[in-house]
Amino acid sequence: MSNKSDSPSTDRRQFIGGTLAAAGALTLAPGVILHALAANDKATAGASGEHRWGMVIDTNKCADGCSACVDACNSEHALEGHDRPATDAVWIRPVKLKDKQTGHVNRLVMMCQHCEHPPCVDVCPTNASFKRVDGVVLVDRHRCIGCRYCMMACPYKARSFVHEALSDQSVNAPRGKGCVESCTLCVHRIDAGGMRTACQEACEKEGHAAILFGDLNDPESEISRVLKTHNSVQIRADLELNTGVRYLNL
Amino acid sequence: MRSSLISNRRLILLLTVLLTPAMQVLAESAYVTENSKAAVLERCVAPTDVMRRNHMDFLRHGRDDTVLRGVRGLEYSLAECIDCHASTDASGKAVSVADEGEFCQACHGYVAVSPACFQCHRTTPDSAAGRESLGYRFNANPRHPVGQPVDGETDHEQ
Repeated sequence: MSNKSDSPSTDRRQFIGGTLAAAGALTLAPGVILHALAANDKATAGASGEHRWGMVIDTNKCADGCSACVDACNSEHALEGHDRPATDAVWIRPVKLKDKQTGHVNRLVMMCQHCEHPPCVDVCPTNASFKRVDGVVLVDRHRCIGCRYCMMACPYKARSFVHEALSDQSVNAPRGKGCVESCTLCVHRIDAGGMRTACQEACEKEGHAAILFGDLNDPESEISRVLKTHNSVQIRADLELNTGVRYLNL
Repeated sequence: MRSSLISNRRLILLLTVLLTPAMQVLAESAYVTENSKAAVLERCVAPTDVMRRNHMDFLRHGRDDTVLRGVRGLEYSLAECIDCHASTDASGKAVSVADEGEFCQACHGYVAVSPACFQCHRTTPDSAAGRESLGYRFNANPRHPVGQPVDGETDHEQ
């Protein structure tokens, strides 16, 4: 051992580190075994960062008086109201925008915009609000304490709070009293390999086809082609949230 | 011993009387509920004693994998527990697993541990939701089949 250097011997650190790692492996082993047990061939690989799921909504095609997407969303996720518009859960809602000078009316649907930099995630005190690696912004109800900071933070008023005890929820979307929730981009369908959301399906069925879901990261996807060839906007682009939901003809 | 207030025989009798309801609960919960799918199956996804001891851990692992990482179709799935263990009443209607004497409640009521699952999760099999759309038990063209890339998406696989 030389005294010329101030740096302490790293031998001991290596020894301690090695011992700790071994102890850690031993401690972790039961959990790992538990996990290995759970792994089986029917399990999916899960969300992948190679994708970023998003949506394009053509406001010209969104028909006045139509509520097909809202109804589809409600039935897909078993959202039931109590005829109290102020507090009933709404994951997707139609909005009318009127230019007061010209009288021109735009109609569009508003839902969680699945931002790249979601303010709801920033403010969540329990990390319940989170963004999946594939860009879908969700609420982990196992962690949500119902503080509703995220509802305040969301510039799109996209989130709802469940005020009453629920039963007979859909397996697609377990949800309950005291938690905040919003559009999940039909994450249960995404995980199962589906490429259409419930709202898109309903909109196409009605013949409007105003909603297009797809992978923003894949240059070959239809959504990427549409976004490349058309002028689209993000709502409140000034906030620089890089939303996953974009609008045409707005 | 003859002089003691409670003789051995009486003590045994008293204990039997006192413990009978408790043992009844245990005995009832020892087996799956009647009129459920599980009643006719040989075994659960793991041996019964393993499931009894560890089901909460299995589900806790699974919930994080599914909610946070989007992994579906896990071996241990609460939805499948309910599919299998919910019994049906005389009219063939599914009974909640959290009802008195039903699969989950029987033990959880006895040990006074309230499962928080059912604040959000449904307690009867979901016949309305499409199984295919759920991702568990599905086999039709999964986008991310484990271990094998899909045509045209090869460069997207890790």
